[in-house]
Amino acid sequence: MKGLLQHRKLRAPCGIIGGICASFNKGNAVISTPSLLHAEGLTSIRSERTLFSGVSFTLGRGELLHVEGPNGAGKSTLLRMLAGLFSDYQGAIKWLDGQAATSEEVRRQTLFLGHKAGIKAELSALENLAWQQQLDGVQANAWDLLEQIGLLGLEDIPAQQLSAGQQRRIALTRLWYSPALVWLLDEPFTALDRQGIQLLEQRMQEHLSTGGGIIMTSHQRLSVPAATILLGAEVMNYD
Amino acid sequence: MTRGYRSQLAALLKRDLKVALRRRSDVINPLLFLFMVISLFPVAIGPGPDILARIAPGVIWVAALLASLLGLERLFRDDYQDGTLEQLVLLPCPLPLAVLAKILVHWLLTGLPLVLIAPLLALLLNLPLSALPVLLITLLLGTPVLSAVGAVGAALTVSLQRGGAVLSLLVLPLFIPLLIFATAAVESAVFGAPVFGQLLLLASFSILTLTLTPFAVAAAVKVSVN
Repeated sequence: MKGLLQHRKLRAPCGIIGGICASFNKGNAVISTPSLLHAEGLTSIRSERTLFSGVSFTLGRGELLHVEGPNGAGKSTLLRMLAGLFSDYQGAIKWLDGQAATSEEVRRQTLFLGHKAGIKAELSALENLAWQQQLDGVQANAWDLLEQIGLLGLEDIPAQQLSAGQQRRIALTRLWYSPALVWLLDEPFTALDRQGIQLLEQRMQEHLSTGGGIIMTSHQRLSVPAATILLGAEVMNYD
Repeated sequence: MTRGYRSQLAALLKRDLKVALRRRSDVINPLLFLFMVISLFPVAIGPGPDILARIAPGVIWVAALLASLLGLERLFRDDYQDGTLEQLVLLPCPLPLAVLAKILVHWLLTGLPLVLIAPLLALLLNLPLSALPVLLITLLLGTPVLSAVGAVGAALTVSLQRGGAVLSLLVLPLFIPLLIFATAAVESAVFGAPVFGQLLLLASFSILTLTLTPFAVAAAVKVSVN
């Protein structure tokens, strides 16, 4: 099974980026699956500084793309672009069947979790889950979810009294019930303990095996097989 | 509007109301401010009933306007900081609808209480009883305008470090037409003059802002989370 783990890094000659796509096939047969997301020549210039240019990649079903790069390389910007939160870029992002990120169907099929947890500090875990599920249009058993994410017994405490890792877990619970196909995760492991990371990686594996796709940033080593998009390696010169 | 949107908007309303109830001081402070301003006026100006009745419409409306500015800054600030604002942008339901829910919550927490305590304020300032219904109607029609126009300013300034001052400068001039027509209506009512025209104008303000500002707020929110 080791051979299935492909870690590939490509670098553009100019050193700014490499965009790549690697695919993993769980079985022996190579099935050409329709891509979930295709990005072509993405270029971001912020405050007259080129963050990255010419990034191209394709996310297929069951694939995990790991966006790597030093701080300030534009990893979060790339994810926000894909989510449709950040529109000041050049290049093309095509979802599912060539739809734009802002279309309703794409919004339903994607789940973006950013640096900020996106939970209400005044509300308890249970209440946060309730409104999030209602917004996502999903009815799942909140108690089961709390048990899976390891928050049982803390469900009635306002989130602001919980630790950063526990708050993160509340936010991450969405991954356990969301019907979204594509996950865009910006540093999902932040503040999580080792067991939490393991739990999340397990869940990611499950998602991939059911045909979902994940694009994530993380400085952690992933135990899940992933292709790498390397941003801004060695070009962080501020002259 | 499909059923899906409706349940999402209901979820937003419920969440925001719940959060507001957990932070009761945010709801009570503007009302307390309003009450203090109104009760200080008779002390400072002198308790002559005629003078008070003369200035009552203006004082009540100016105080209401300033009180509504108090909590305005926080309309999108918490959501911006905890990341729920970007999740709002990513909802499948149209953003203008979602921000309309936010505006509605703001009105329920600042505008509606104001309308409810207005009879008491009118009593404190010796406003003739005959003008009270008109005062209530102007507040009912005018406070949604305060929330809606204020939301545009709040969304534009949410990503600024100290947006409060800019926000006041931004929205106060926009409130002036409302102030003029609302106080004119109540004053006319005090003198027994016809008020129907002014009320119709206020109603059109209300409809115009409630239909158009959600789009402006949505655009401003998108810029702010960018």
